[in-house]
Amino acid sequence: MPLNKTIEVSDIELTKEDFVSDQMVKWCPGCGSHAILNSVEQVFPKIGYKKENFIIVSGIGCSSRFPYYVNTYGFHGIHGRATAIASGVKIANPGLSVWIATGDGDSMAIGGNHFIHIIRRNMDVNILLFNNQIYGLTKGQFSPTSPVGTVTKTSPHGTIEHPFNPGELVMGAQGTFFARVTDTNPRMMTDAMFEAAKHDGTAVIEVLQNCIIFADKAHASITSRDFRDDYQLHLKHGEHMIFGKDKNKGIRINGTKLEVVTIGENGITLDDILVHDQYSLDPGIHLMLAKLSPPEFPIALGVIRSASFSTYDDQVVEQIKMAKETAKIKSVDELLNSGDVFEID
Amino acid sequence: MSNNIERIELDNVVVKFVGDSGDGMQLTGTIFSDSAVKEGNDIATFPDYPAEIRAPHNTVAGVSGFQVHIGKKKIHTIGDLCDVLVAMNPASLKANLKWAKPGGTIIVDVDTFDVKAFDKAGYKNNPLEDGSLSGFNVIKAPITSMTKKAFEDITDGFKIAEKSRNMFALGITLYIFNRDTKHSLELIEQKFGKKPAIASANKLAVQAGYNYAETVEALHSTYYIPPAKIEKGKYRIITGNIATAWGLLAASERSGRPLFLGSYPITPATDILIELAKHKSLGAKIFQAEDEIAGICSSIGASFTGSLAITTTSGPGFSLKSEAMGLAVITELPLVIVDVQRAGPSTGMPTKSEQSDLYQALFGRNGECPMVVMAASSPADCFYAAYEAAKLAMEHMTPVILLTDGYIGNGSELFRIPKVADLKPITPPIAKPNDPDYKPYRRDQETHVRKWALPGTEGLRHRIGGLEKENVAGTVTTDPINHETMVNLREAKIQKIADFVDPLSVVGAPEGDLLIVSWGGTEGPVLTAVKEMQEKGKSVSHAHFKHIMPLPRNTAEVFKKFKKILVCELNSGQFVNYLRMTHHGFSYQQYNKVQGLPFMVNELVNKFTKTLEE
Repeated sequence: MPLNKTIEVSDIELTKEDFVSDQMVKWCPGCGSHAILNSVEQVFPKIGYKKENFIIVSGIGCSSRFPYYVNTYGFHGIHGRATAIASGVKIANPGLSVWIATGDGDSMAIGGNHFIHIIRRNMDVNILLFNNQIYGLTKGQFSPTSPVGTVTKTSPHGTIEHPFNPGELVMGAQGTFFARVTDTNPRMMTDAMFEAAKHDGTAVIEVLQNCIIFADKAHASITSRDFRDDYQLHLKHGEHMIFGKDKNKGIRINGTKLEVVTIGENGITLDDILVHDQYSLDPGIHLMLAKLSPPEFPIALGVIRSASFSTYDDQVVEQIKMAKETAKIKSVDELLNSGDVFEID
Repeated sequence: MSNNIERIELDNVVVKFVGDSGDGMQLTGTIFSDSAVKEGNDIATFPDYPAEIRAPHNTVAGVSGFQVHIGKKKIHTIGDLCDVLVAMNPASLKANLKWAKPGGTIIVDVDTFDVKAFDKAGYKNNPLEDGSLSGFNVIKAPITSMTKKAFEDITDGFKIAEKSRNMFALGITLYIFNRDTKHSLELIEQKFGKKPAIASANKLAVQAGYNYAETVEALHSTYYIPPAKIEKGKYRIITGNIATAWGLLAASERSGRPLFLGSYPITPATDILIELAKHKSLGAKIFQAEDEIAGICSSIGASFTGSLAITTTSGPGFSLKSEAMGLAVITELPLVIVDVQRAGPSTGMPTKSEQSDLYQALFGRNGECPMVVMAASSPADCFYAAYEAAKLAMEHMTPVILLTDGYIGNGSELFRIPKVADLKPITPPIAKPNDPDYKPYRRDQETHVRKWALPGTEGLRHRIGGLEKENVAGTVTTDPINHETMVNLREAKIQKIADFVDPLSVVGAPEGDLLIVSWGGTEGPVLTAVKEMQEKGKSVSHAHFKHIMPLPRNTAEVFKKFKKILVCELNSGQFVNYLRMTHHGFSYQQYNKVQGLPFMVNELVNKFTKTLEE
């Protein structure tokens, strides 16, 4: 059963080896990108499209070397423009499974405009947003997702600007799919990538990624062994939002706000805990989940939103089909000879 | 037609209809020019819009005009000055009097000449009475009141009359030029066929205006322009922007590559986007992007995927696209970038025309970044220029810049309709599935062109991008010798294209005293001026460039046969300096105009005469 009706599936079963590139991977040892690459190589054969139907498009930055390291069609673009390039790819050939590798600098700063617009249009592409909260390739300047006060080479006294929360930006741009994963959890990554591939529309996967050189342990307060149980809420559709070392903490809605409660305390039972509905068209709870942050809350991980809306590329195909059926002009010769034409003898 | 009026025969005549933005001057001018064509004249037209959409009523800022040049010979320009100026209000007279030919005819709607309107137009006195129009034959026609009178017996007649004044003026003009109203009435029927009430009101107004002119005694003479000798065939009137859009559609059909346009609205290029958006039935995919950069980047993505990819823009947007143009150069992907030039720098004068983006087209990118640069020479030529731009882009795997300008983009002329099958074939070098020899930068030995391997094709998976690649293999490398090789190959590939384009041709004797050189949208006025000189027996020839990068192979051959070379362009000398760089050893003189206005034939003739005498 194909995930997407317009993309041709492979006749033969593919394996990871079908996607491993012969190029030397030049990311720093210990960089979170290696884990993301591994997950992509795992999930592509599972998705099952013909291997020639995958295309990876990127912008500029460490993340954007990605296309060179996967054996698919690939296009390494210019800074911030991967989403714009990928839009052209998808519109021109809807039969391709389009993946975008981008970073917090690439998509939240220089490419911010294209990022919100591809989401608003609901172009059927998958965006892997490598969020390491730093400019790595230029050797350590703060990014639009660096927390307030981050000390970097260009913010020696700490940053004084408020960071973007990518999930909030996605919802603000009327995004239909948002997942957040950590580079330390391969299973979570491949699950989210598979869900993204299944989703018709712009799927954004924010990967909380570690830059071992310039922002090491930026996500440690969430990903480290000591904290991860209490500060990670793993969302699964149809399941209660439960977390904590003892699986006894939960999220419930109180008035207009979410709050953390403990099951068994103050008369709280499992029935009080919210059940995750990733398919809800209304983004209200999804937005609240995307905004949860420590220390008051755990951070929400997994597929937060996966709402079904029509896609831009489908509608392009539809409009062309309609036009071809109804229009009188079916060739350029007919166009040239349409309207006010006269013979001169 | 009354008998006591003199009928004067003319070779050509320039008429300009001017009025307030809402007065329907564009339609009036269009109908007048179309009906002239139907009576066998050649034409060129130009709309003269204000930059503001609806500037304050009856002010100079809100004046809209439409100029028509009709003749019994081939018409190459919109004409320098107007033989007949039709002014619907005082503001339009004020704004356009400088374009009226001394001794020419000015028709005004005298009903609009009141104190309030003088004030809005910035007139201190009534220009009809203060002697300022003494050098003209002024016809004070009560257009508003006469139109109302014609509608007396009709329900809501006064309301309709207000909107039909332009057609009354058209009727007068048709009479003055001995035109049958038949064609105009047909055109109105075509235009308003779906709104019969409006169609019949407009037709009534045309007839009323015509009858008025026939009976009133203000006219001393009428004019007649005999039919032109035009090559037999099927014709239509076309603007440069529409012709550009259609040329691209033809290239898409002929090459079998679907058309993709990624573009962002910008004056005066938007009409290409609007036109292509109408033709989804021809498979055209149109992406109105969030900005200029997304426009070109989406096109590059579509090009990688196998489309005939296009982005259209004007000066400021052209600047924004620079980085992405470099990406198209290094990835060696076909892409057509249409720049409908306007007066700059920065926002400049959006509705005014110039040729000042040439340096940017040639040099405005980082790195050694050659690409093809072409320029269309007239509204109808935009069709062929766009077609050739697409052909060169796809067959030579390179971005191509096509420079047009606001003047030819919005201007119109007769266009002999070609058959798509008669256009040169376009054969893009598409890689075959499972080609064992495929490598991203393996090239044709002679043309240096690489293959176009389309995503989705079996056995051709590859990666390209903005980083320098190893020649043939296409892997990322910073090897110094490889980089130099790639720089040289990219340049050689572009230079080789000179073998695939028409040589430079000369109008007039192939040798002589003076060669006039022009490029792009100035061909009309320059050619007209050259012909005028030639008719006077002067040794003046004309070489017009459509290919700028690379230049035609025979450029030096042509240049060396003339004693003097004068390069005329609507900028401060960009092309002449480019020639000084590429073809040194010649002594170039230059004639430049940077006023946002086209050349006038008269000023060119004066300059040519002076240059010959010097």
